[in-house]
Amino acid sequence: MSLFFIVALPFFGALLPGLMNAAGRSATAGVTFTVSLAAFIGLLTNLPTVLAGEVVTARVDWMPVLGLNFSLMLDGLGFFFAMLILGIGLLIIAYARHYLSRDDNMGQFFTYLLLFQGAMVGIVLSDNILLLLVFWELTSLSSFLLIGYWKHLPEGRQGARMALTVTGMGGLAMIGGMLILGQIAGSYDLSVILQNRDLIQADPLYVPALILILLGCFTKSAQFPFHFWLPHAMAAPTPVSAYLHSATMVKAGIFLMARMWPVLSGTPEWVMIVTTAGLVTMVLGAVIALFKHDLKALLAFSTVSHLGLITMLLGTGTAFGAMAAMFHILNHATFKAALFMSAGIIDHEAHTRDIRRLGGLRTLMPVTFVVATLAALSMAGIPLLNGFLSKEMMLEEANHTVLFGSAWLVPVMATVGSLFSAAYCFRLIGHVFLGPVRDDYPAKPHDPGPGLWLPPALLVVLVVVIGVAPFLAEPFVKLVTASVLGEAAEVPKAYFKIWHGLVPALYMSIIAVVGGLALLAIFKPSLRLWETTPRPEAKVIFEAIVEAAAALAQKLILPLHNGAFTRYASIGAIVIVAAGYHAWVTGTVGQATRDIQPAGPVPIAGWVMLVAATVGMVFLHRNRFLSLILIGIVGLMVSVAFVFFSAPDLAMTQFTVEVVTIILLLLALNFLPNATPIESSVLRRVRDTSVAVVGGLAAFALSFHYMLRDAVSTPISEFHLANSYKGGGGTNVVNVILVDFRGFDTYGEIIVLGIAALLIYALTETLLGGPVRARLLNRKPDQPRAGDKHPMMMVVLTRVIMPVVLMVGFYIFLRGHNEPGGGFIAGLVVSIGVVMQYMASGFGWTSARLKYPYHGVIGAGVLIAGLTGIGSWFVGKPFLTSDFTYVRIPPFQEFELATAALFDLGVFLAVVGAVMLSLESFSRLARLASGPEEDEHPMDIDPSRDDVKEGV
Amino acid sequence: MEFLVASAIGILTAGGLYLVLRLRTFPVILGISLLTYAVNVFLFASGRLTVGAPPILRDGVQAYSDPLPQALVLTAIVISFGMTAVVVMIGLGAYLGSDDDHVDDRTGPDEDASEGSS
Repeated sequence: MSLFFIVALPFFGALLPGLMNAAGRSATAGVTFTVSLAAFIGLLTNLPTVLAGEVVTARVDWMPVLGLNFSLMLDGLGFFFAMLILGIGLLIIAYARHYLSRDDNMGQFFTYLLLFQGAMVGIVLSDNILLLLVFWELTSLSSFLLIGYWKHLPEGRQGARMALTVTGMGGLAMIGGMLILGQIAGSYDLSVILQNRDLIQADPLYVPALILILLGCFTKSAQFPFHFWLPHAMAAPTPVSAYLHSATMVKAGIFLMARMWPVLSGTPEWVMIVTTAGLVTMVLGAVIALFKHDLKALLAFSTVSHLGLITMLLGTGTAFGAMAAMFHILNHATFKAALFMSAGIIDHEAHTRDIRRLGGLRTLMPVTFVVATLAALSMAGIPLLNGFLSKEMMLEEANHTVLFGSAWLVPVMATVGSLFSAAYCFRLIGHVFLGPVRDDYPAKPHDPGPGLWLPPALLVVLVVVIGVAPFLAEPFVKLVTASVLGEAAEVPKAYFKIWHGLVPALYMSIIAVVGGLALLAIFKPSLRLWETTPRPEAKVIFEAIVEAAAALAQKLILPLHNGAFTRYASIGAIVIVAAGYHAWVTGTVGQATRDIQPAGPVPIAGWVMLVAATVGMVFLHRNRFLSLILIGIVGLMVSVAFVFFSAPDLAMTQFTVEVVTIILLLLALNFLPNATPIESSVLRRVRDTSVAVVGGLAAFALSFHYMLRDAVSTPISEFHLANSYKGGGGTNVVNVILVDFRGFDTYGEIIVLGIAALLIYALTETLLGGPVRARLLNRKPDQPRAGDKHPMMMVVLTRVIMPVVLMVGFYIFLRGHNEPGGGFIAGLVVSIGVVMQYMASGFGWTSARLKYPYHGVIGAGVLIAGLTGIGSWFVGKPFLTSDFTYVRIPPFQEFELATAALFDLGVFLAVVGAVMLSLESFSRLARLASGPEEDEHPMDIDPSRDDVKEGV
Repeated sequence: MEFLVASAIGILTAGGLYLVLRLRTFPVILGISLLTYAVNVFLFASGRLTVGAPPILRDGVQAYSDPLPQALVLTAIVISFGMTAVVVMIGLGAYLGSDDDHVDDRTGPDEDASEGSS
C-alpha cells in the first residue's frame, strides 16, 4: 500500500467514529479498529521491501519554493515505530471499547485517538523535516484533546494544559532548530540532511540547532528537567495513558533523536547533554516512582525513568548504545503498555488505584496477577523476560561510557537507577497482588472479561517469547539499528543471548535485583524519610512560572485594554492619522497630474444633502429613529454618487443593501431604547469632536490629493477591460471580475457572509436559550402598538409585488454578465421581496410557507459556487476557470451559456440565505417578545386597538 | 468635483468618528456605518472619478471607468452589511442580557470620572 494511504487512513478514518456514534459503542470501536487494521495491513505489505534493506518512498511536491514537500519514506526505523504505533493502537482500541463507560462519548474518543494515530504515523514516516514538524505539532494538539478527554475532571484539564504548554514550547524550539538544520544542509529533506554529517557538525550553528532540537525531543519525551508533565497527564483515561505514554507520544522525542542520530550524535556536546539528561532522568524517575502510591503515577515515573535510560543509550553515541536503545524501545513498549492496561483493569474493578488500599489481589484477580507480574518482572530485569536482555545491554554500555572524565560515574548511576527500578517493580507486585486479602476494597475486585485482559496478555506473550528466545528479535532489531546508524557506523556484531558469562553487567544486574528486594524490605522507614525530605514540587514551579508570565502580560496589556471601547477607538484614530502625517511629512508629494473636473448643480445638490444629513446625524443622534432616517439619506446619496460616477453596479448594490440595513436597524430598535441620554461631559465632547475633525481632515486631504494624481504604476484594470469579453465572455467588466478574474475572492466573501449570518443565528439561539428568554417574555412594548397588525393595503400590495420582484431579480441575475446586475444584486432584491412578506403578514404566517431553511440556502449557494470551481479540474484547468459558449434555440435569439452564471447562482443563493437568516433571527426575538399568538392569517384586525387608543 | 467627493469623504469620516466615540451602542453602530460609507467611497475613488463611462463594454467606446475598485467595493458593501448585522446582534444581545447599552466596560479600575454616567 502506498505510504500516503497509511498516513491518510487514520485522518480520514477519524471522521467515521463520530458518524457511527449513534450505531452503538461496538460499532464505533469496530469501525475504528477496522481503520487501524487497514493501515496496519498496509504497513505490513511494505515489510518485504524493508526487510530487503530498501527504503520505500512516496513524494508529492507541495510548496517546493519553501522546501516543504509531502515526501514520505519507510525504512527500518520508520517501520519499527509505525508498527508499534499501529499494532499497540489496535490493542488499545479493543481495550478502550471495554474500558470506557456508557457515559463517555465514544465517538469523540476514537476520533481523537485516530487523529493522534495519524499524526504519529506521519512523524515516523516523514522524509521532510518541515512536514515532520507539522505532524509533531498535530500530536501535541491531539494528545491535548486525549489527555483532557474527561473534561469534567479538573486534573484532566490541568494535565492536558500542562502537557500542551510543555510539548508545545518544545515544538516551537524545535521549529527553530529544524530551520537552522535545513539552512545548513541546503535542503529540508531528511534523506539529504542525513548525508551531510560532516558539513552540519562543522557548522558554527550546529550547537544552537542541536540544543533547539533537543529541547523539542526532551519536552516530548519527558526528559529532565521537563519530566514533570507526564505524571500529570495520567489524569487521562487509562487507554490514553497506555497508548501515549508507553508506546507512542513520549517515544516521538526518542524517535527523533534516533532519526537524527547519524548527523547530530558523536560530538562532545551531544554526549554531554543527551547522556547527562538521560542519566539524571533515569535515576530521578526511578526514585520518585518507588514512593508513589497511585499505581498510574508509579508507572508514569517509571516511564520517565525508562525514557531516560533510552535517551542515555542514544547519548553515548556508539553503535552498540543505539542498538541497545532500539531493543529497549521494543521491550519497554510491550511490558509498559501491558502494565498500564493492568493498572486500568485494577482501577476498573477495584475502583481505586491507590496501592495503600490494595493488596492480596493475587487470588481475587488471578489472570490480571499473572499478566501484571510477568510484565513487572520484565521491567525489573529478571532473566527469561525481555526487559532483562536490554537492561543487560544498557549496563554493558554504561560500563564503557566516560562522562565528565569519570569512568565510574555512569556505571554507578546506572546501577542505582536499576536498583530503584527493581524496587518499584517488586513493590508493585508485592503491595498490590501479594499479602493478605483485605475486606475494605471500594469495590469487590474480580477478573474482568477477556476484552480487557486479552490485549495486555498478548503483549505479555511477546515479553516472554522475546525473553526466552532473543534470537527471534535479533534480526529485526539489527535491521532497525542499521537504519538508525545510516552510514555513520557499522551494526555491532554482538549476539542477543541470555547468558553472556560472568561479565560486569551481570554483577550489576544482581546488585540491582538484590538491592531492590532489600530496599523493599525497608520500605516503611525509607518512605518516612522520603516524606520528611523537602523537595521542589514541579507542578508548583510550573504554575508559578505560568502565573508570573500571565501577570506580566496583564501588566503590559491592561493599561491599554481597560475595557473602554471609546478609548481604543480614539487612540486608534489618532495613531492612524499620526502615521499618515509622518508619511506625508517625510515622503515626497508628486505634482498634480489631473485637472479638477467642474461640478454641475446636480452633484452640488447631492453633496448638500449628504453633508446636511451627516451633520444632522451628529447633532440629532440622540433621537434614534430620526437618525435612522438621516442615515438612509446618506446611503441614498452615496448610491446616487455611484450612479453619477459611472458605477451602476455599485449603485444598485448600495441601494438594496441600504433597504435591508434599515430594516435590520429598525428590528433592533424595537428592543433598544429609542433615545440616547446625555451623559458625556462637555469636555469629553470637545475632545471627541477634535479627534473627529482631525480624522475627517486627514481623510479629506488624503483623498483629495490622490484623486488629483494618476497611479504611480499602470493599474491592472487595463487587462480586465481588454480580456473581459475575450476571456470571460461578458461585457459587464465589474461582474466578470467578480465571477471570473477574482472569482476566488468572491467565493471567500460569500463564505464570510454565510458565516456572519450563521453567527447571528447562533447568537440568537444563545439569547433565546438563556436568561434573556424570560426577560423577553415579560417585556412590555415601550410604545403603543399599531392597532392594525397586518395592514390590508400592505398585505395586498406585497402579494401583488412579489412575483414582480422575483421576476426583476431573475432579470437582474441573467443580465448581470453583460449589463449592470448579477448575483449579489439579484440576491438582495429577492431578499427584499421576501422580507416584505414577513413585514406584511408576520413571522408565523410567512415561515409556515417557506420550504427551505435559510441555512440550507446558504450552504447550497457555497456548494454550487465551489462545485462550479471544482468542475474546471475535470478539464485540467485550475480552480474556477470559467468557460462559455453561445447557443441558439429557435425562436430565441442567440444567447450565452457561461459557467460563470452557475457560479453567480451560488453567489445569489448565498446572499439570499445570509440576508434572510440575519433578518429572520432578529424577528425571532421580536416574535418571542410579542407573545405566543401565531400569525395564522395573512391579515387581521387586532381587537385590542380600541384599548390602545383609549390608553394614549 | 474632486473637492466635493473628498470633502464628503472627510465629513463622513468626521461624523462617523464622532459617533463611534459615543457611549451607547446604537450611535456607535451608526458611526461605523458612516465610516463604512466613507471607506467605500474612498476605495471607489481610487479608480479616479469618471463621469458617463460605465465599465460596460460597447463597440466603438474606448474610455471606461476603472472596473477593479468597483468590483472590490461591491463585495465590500455586501460584507459590511454582514458585519453591521453581527455588530447589531452583539449590541442587542448585550443590552437584552444586562439592560445596559453602554459600550465601555465601566467597572474598569482606572475609570475616568468624566466617562461615568452623569
